[in-house]
Amino acid sequence: MSTLETTAPTNPHLKTDGSMWPMLFILIPVAIWAMFAATGPGYGTFGGVQMKAQAGIMLAALIGGIIYIVGRMGSETPVIDHSRYADTIVKYGVVATTFWGIAGMTVGVVIAAQLAWPEIFYFEGAWTNFGRLRPLHTSAVIFAFGGNALIATSFYVVQRTSRVRLAGGYWPWFVFWGYQLFIVLAATGYLMGVTGGKEYAEPEWYVDLWLTIVWVAYLLVFLMTLARRKEPHIYVANWFYLAFIVTVAILHVVNNLALPVAITSAKSYGVYAGVQDAMTQWWYGHNAVGFFLTAGFLAIMYYFIPKRANRPVWSYKLSIVHFWAVIFIYIWAGPHHLHYTALPQWTQTLGMVFSLMLWMPSWGGMINGLMTLQGAWDKLRTDPVLRMLVVSVAFYGMATFEGPLLSVRYVNALSHYTDWGIGHVHSGALGWNGFVTFGALYCLVPWLWKKRELYSTRLVEWHFWLATLGIVFYITAMWGAGISQGLNWRAYTELGFLEYSFIETVSPLHVFYVIRTIGGLMFLLGTFIMAYNIRMTILGRGNAVSLRDDGSLKPVPPAVSPVPPTLAPAE
Amino acid sequence: MSDENKTPSQPDAGDGAKKMVERGVDPNLEPTLPNDAHGGHDPRFDEPTGQYTTGHSWDGIEELNTPMPRWWLGIFYATIAFSAVYMLLMPSIPLIDSYFDGILDKSDREDVSVEIAELRMERALLADRLADANLEYITGDPELFRFAMAAGKSAFGDNCATCHGAGGQGFKGYPNLNDDVWIWGGSFEDIRHTLEVGIRAAHEDTRFNLMQAFGRDGLLDRDQIRDLTEYLLAFSGRGVDPDASGRGRALFADNCASCHGADAMGDRSQGAPNLTDAEWLYGGEREDIVETLYGGRQGVMPNWHERLDPETITALAVYVHALGGGEPSAPQPSGADPQKPGMQP
Repeated sequence: MSTLETTAPTNPHLKTDGSMWPMLFILIPVAIWAMFAATGPGYGTFGGVQMKAQAGIMLAALIGGIIYIVGRMGSETPVIDHSRYADTIVKYGVVATTFWGIAGMTVGVVIAAQLAWPEIFYFEGAWTNFGRLRPLHTSAVIFAFGGNALIATSFYVVQRTSRVRLAGGYWPWFVFWGYQLFIVLAATGYLMGVTGGKEYAEPEWYVDLWLTIVWVAYLLVFLMTLARRKEPHIYVANWFYLAFIVTVAILHVVNNLALPVAITSAKSYGVYAGVQDAMTQWWYGHNAVGFFLTAGFLAIMYYFIPKRANRPVWSYKLSIVHFWAVIFIYIWAGPHHLHYTALPQWTQTLGMVFSLMLWMPSWGGMINGLMTLQGAWDKLRTDPVLRMLVVSVAFYGMATFEGPLLSVRYVNALSHYTDWGIGHVHSGALGWNGFVTFGALYCLVPWLWKKRELYSTRLVEWHFWLATLGIVFYITAMWGAGISQGLNWRAYTELGFLEYSFIETVSPLHVFYVIRTIGGLMFLLGTFIMAYNIRMTILGRGNAVSLRDDGSLKPVPPAVSPVPPTLAPAE
Repeated sequence: MSDENKTPSQPDAGDGAKKMVERGVDPNLEPTLPNDAHGGHDPRFDEPTGQYTTGHSWDGIEELNTPMPRWWLGIFYATIAFSAVYMLLMPSIPLIDSYFDGILDKSDREDVSVEIAELRMERALLADRLADANLEYITGDPELFRFAMAAGKSAFGDNCATCHGAGGQGFKGYPNLNDDVWIWGGSFEDIRHTLEVGIRAAHEDTRFNLMQAFGRDGLLDRDQIRDLTEYLLAFSGRGVDPDASGRGRALFADNCASCHGADAMGDRSQGAPNLTDAEWLYGGEREDIVETLYGGRQGVMPNWHERLDPETITALAVYVHALGGGEPSAPQPSGADPQKPGMQP
């Protein structure tokens, strides 16, 4: 308090912050459970050793957090300057995004190589088998890379577009570190063989519960920040962020409802069975794409493209209509993952028609993203970062055309279970999610660390072309492989017998899988180049000349005319 | 201590500030509202697009009042119209305890059942003749033989190729079906019987023999296994130690000859392989043979009589017999059932 008394006359925005100690109400009970699970009886074959290892990791992290909080709170109550944006957490998010991106994409290249050359990376103990590395790859790129990108950019964007510091004092840090703990628990669990077996929702019950706590905190931080905004309206990017946070919470909780074998067992059983289980899973799975990888990343697009291009968003009306159409229609489209299965045909019909109706709402985002460049197309020649953002929107448009196409039952009869699906996912994941994130990171790093520009624009060009070519290799290889599979599987002899045995349909895939691996490797190489560029920019090398901290320097000049400082861009 | 009089209040801060106060947010926290710098939230004309802005601005980002593209709306409405029609025609709407099954009354599940039934009907003519036919009868009718080969190839790919390879070439531990080396006999009848009852499988008459784990079970010690290995290698001129090989000969007579024969030529009636040729199911290198002698070998082939219908088993036997190593049928006593196995121990 004394600190505050003395500084108050000079800065009215300094406030003591007691938000840290309530975290102990979460950390201490969970730590007690973790201690019990780490040292307790275990549960025999149901994940005894794994449970102890996982609980041990959890316990170490939680005790670290508790010690930190007690240490900080013990000395004096922290003071937060509310006239400055909370940017350190965004910086952490940028680094985490880059780190997990490299990790997840590296695992992706490894499993691509395992599919081309099945003998490699198989060791005693099954730790690096395809079956364990595959969920590691998907979770690392979607939830670790994508999730950190979403959390970091949402914290950045909601502050700027609401003109207020992040709410909740230190709770954003709880969200950040809690989310990293979720990632580490999920990833180490997969390697040890702990899995709930639901695609994109593999983490077991205790990790799911932990993520639920973190996610609710994230929702509250975001909502409270919006509630305190100093703008009359909520910016479109924030609609999308909010839709992403709220819907992912619902999806996560409903799909992961499960009963653990014991309170100290890593194993649980889901509450659904049979086709209801499959339907719940793909309701979740498809909307993980819809709300995590689409709504959330559209939010990134809606801030970074107008900002980078220095142009107004093309159509306010379109943004409203396509937002509500996407939100309403996406949630029904899941059954298209279960065409020609035990799922009743009427459900498949609904899944198909909602997917078709989703085509234009999805393209609304693409149109708004691309047309925002009207009046600034020339910048694409000189600014590879803007080009990356725009190409991401083009891939988004391509993937959201291919999606409705594949959802048509008669097309799906050819494409289902083939590599076409993998290609479709990756044109979205690499082209859309990857590129829009790279673009946002390239924007954020000089803004956050207050550099004139990036260390090297040439390296961004290298990244852009390597990654673009890598994606082209990847998706064309998967089209070839997928269509070959689909046609070979349905080939019949004139007597009505299958023309090819399964293994005969596998052997022609080798060359496609090699091309895919090369494409993935090029994409990964691009990410390494980006990481290097980011590091050198932070260090202030090359063109990344440090700027003075006088608060007058906006990321790019404002759209209309130079504007006096609002909040200083760092804490 | 409080913030109240630290920053000059801004009476003309505009609509935004008023709403902030309504929400309980202190507008004075923020010294300047950027929109005031250019006259608040007023729409302005945007040169490159020829549109007006909405007047909103966030962190310098404005929005244009561009109307939605007509082609976009048109296609959107078209997909909705198509969906409505498709839903009317197809099974679509869930009801309390059933569902609306569409004007066309289509059901994929029924269509598939009908198609499968039709295919079965078409095939039945030939398939029925196949069920208990012998090879002579099948090869005597080109149409039937062609059908048997097609059915056999298809069934082989789905059921046998996993272990024996797509071309029946085999792998270590899984016999090659193309050559003329047969452990349990290579005639049509032998092959068909093996398919039905399997080897060390669940069938009560399954083909069965026991290659014991001589080392692990303590029947032979380390030196004896080495001697025996030398003896077996000597058949192919690879033995290096004549003394050991000599000791191995005696061990062979005591332990192995009862099944593999005194000359080690094997005995098909017991499923005992010939040990003097160059074909080794589990590998013919020194360490392979030592491993076999130490731990025994108990490979399994499933019995297919419950999984496949008789005509498919016959077709498979025809196909495998024709792969290249098929042997002529053993002469049958007249009137005997050609299916009856003649070589079961």
